Amino acid sequence: MSVPKYWRNIPQRYRLEAVKCIKCGKLFFPPRPVCNECRSQEFETVHLSDEGKIVTFTVLNSAPSKFSYQTPYPIAVIELSDSAKICAQITDCDIDKLYIGMPVKLQMRKLSTEGDAGIINYGYKAVPA
Amino acid sequence: MREVAIIGLGIHKWGEHWDRSLSDMFIDVALKAMADAEIDKIDSMCVGCMTSGLFVGQEHIAVQLADYLGIKHLPATRVETACASGALAFRTGLAEVMSGLSDIVLVGGVEKMTDVSVEDATFALSTAADQDYEGYHGITFPALCAMMARSHMNRYGSTSEQLASVAVKNHFNGALNPNAQYQSQITIENVMNSTIIADPLHMLDCSPITDGAAAVIICSMETARKISKKPIVKVTGWGHATDTLALHNREDFTTLKSTELAAQQAFKIAGIGPRDIDVAEIHDGFSIMEVIATEAIGFFEKGQGGFAAEQGRTALNGELPVNTSGGLKSRGHPAGATGVAQIVEIGYQLRGDAGKRQVQNARIGLTQNIGGIGGSSLIHIMEAV
Ligand SMILES: [Zn+2]
Repeated sequence: MSVPKYWRNIPQRYRLEAVKCIKCGKLFFPPRPVCNECRSQEFETVHLSDEGKIVTFTVLNSAPSKFSYQTPYPIAVIELSDSAKICAQITDCDIDKLYIGMPVKLQMRKLSTEGDAGIINYGYKAVPA
Repeated sequence: MREVAIIGLGIHKWGEHWDRSLSDMFIDVALKAMADAEIDKIDSMCVGCMTSGLFVGQEHIAVQLADYLGIKHLPATRVETACASGALAFRTGLAEVMSGLSDIVLVGGVEKMTDVSVEDATFALSTAADQDYEGYHGITFPALCAMMARSHMNRYGSTSEQLASVAVKNHFNGALNPNAQYQSQITIENVMNSTIIADPLHMLDCSPITDGAAAVIICSMETARKISKKPIVKVTGWGHATDTLALHNREDFTTLKSTELAAQQAFKIAGIGPRDIDVAEIHDGFSIMEVIATEAIGFFEKGQGGFAAEQGRTALNGELPVNTSGGLKSRGHPAGATGVAQIVEIGYQLRGDAGKRQVQNARIGLTQNIGGIGGSSLIHIMEAV
């Protein structure tokens, strides 16, 4: 991944920066320029809650090459306590004991590496709360 | 707007064609469609292709294909909306004929997927998902569909066996289609015992990687009545809608909102409803997607799609035969070609040319083609005239 592309996403990957529509209150992660509820372009920057629960999930046995050494690994859609939803891996968990509604917490983790030098791509993963 | 007719159909045997290039396959079906329509001249060409850049390292393929088709200086357009690129090419061609911009248009779809490794093909397909907020986290298409399947099961009580019954049905039909990639029947046990790709989805719930192309000739109804010697198929309904790119930004993971909206548009234009459809080609990239699509279009109540498939209601001899061609599961899924192949199949059905898989007295057919996990959906309705 190019350095500028990586840097552009740091506020979201490291700090869960989102935007909230000033007019109708809808949260967007990642930020976007136009609200899809009220078409307002006025937003305030907010930080998402790091606590939430699993809405749906799966365990991958087959993965893109960058992630294949991690299989099997779980992926979930998580609804955070401020109602924003995000996709993330679940880690440090018993993959047979995941369930819809399970409380989880987001943490900063290594997601993947790339290139011969093993440059690390960081981001959020969820762990059982 | 002018009325539009389909007067030529072209397809070939899909599969892993190491001896054939993207243009070899495309020119083959283009010439077949022109021969089927008994014409030697077209006004323009619309091509659907998802990512020739990642699969064969060639963009600008509308030019290459027009060039190799041997029609000098032909206006040629290539469109892309992931796995629904074929249906989008059809819609683009429709717009040209309806508006009078062109009178006779060749609409084709093509994808050459086996020139790269399975890993690279998986990556190429995954670029239809949100690269920064899904792909970055190691999410794949099977994973997204698996999460939709789990939500559907959780809310409605659908089962893995019901999903398996979709794959079994589509293989049964594909075994009757000489152009299908897989012409073998499978059982519920085969599906349930196949490797789990992303639970609850098994290997045999997923469509394969395929090389293939398909083409149709469309023209104004007026021209069709003058030149066509075969039964004419009229395009009577069309719909197109989008949804959020990323799954997590949707309200409801158990439906396909873009398909619902596209179907409503198409039914309104055609002046008919879901009960009037005699045969349908549905985008079963994963078994769960056929289940959800049959609900979103309105064939069955929300939550009933899996039960309907299990009860044989969508089988070849059921009340609404779905995927008589074998669907993406058995005919194969060369991304950009699928939407056009669906139209070819409905064309055969409405002309009475579908051989061993012919649905008796099929008069009205529907196609549903989606990009990604329904970020885009296109519906077309066709009637025999
Ligand atoms: Zn708003």
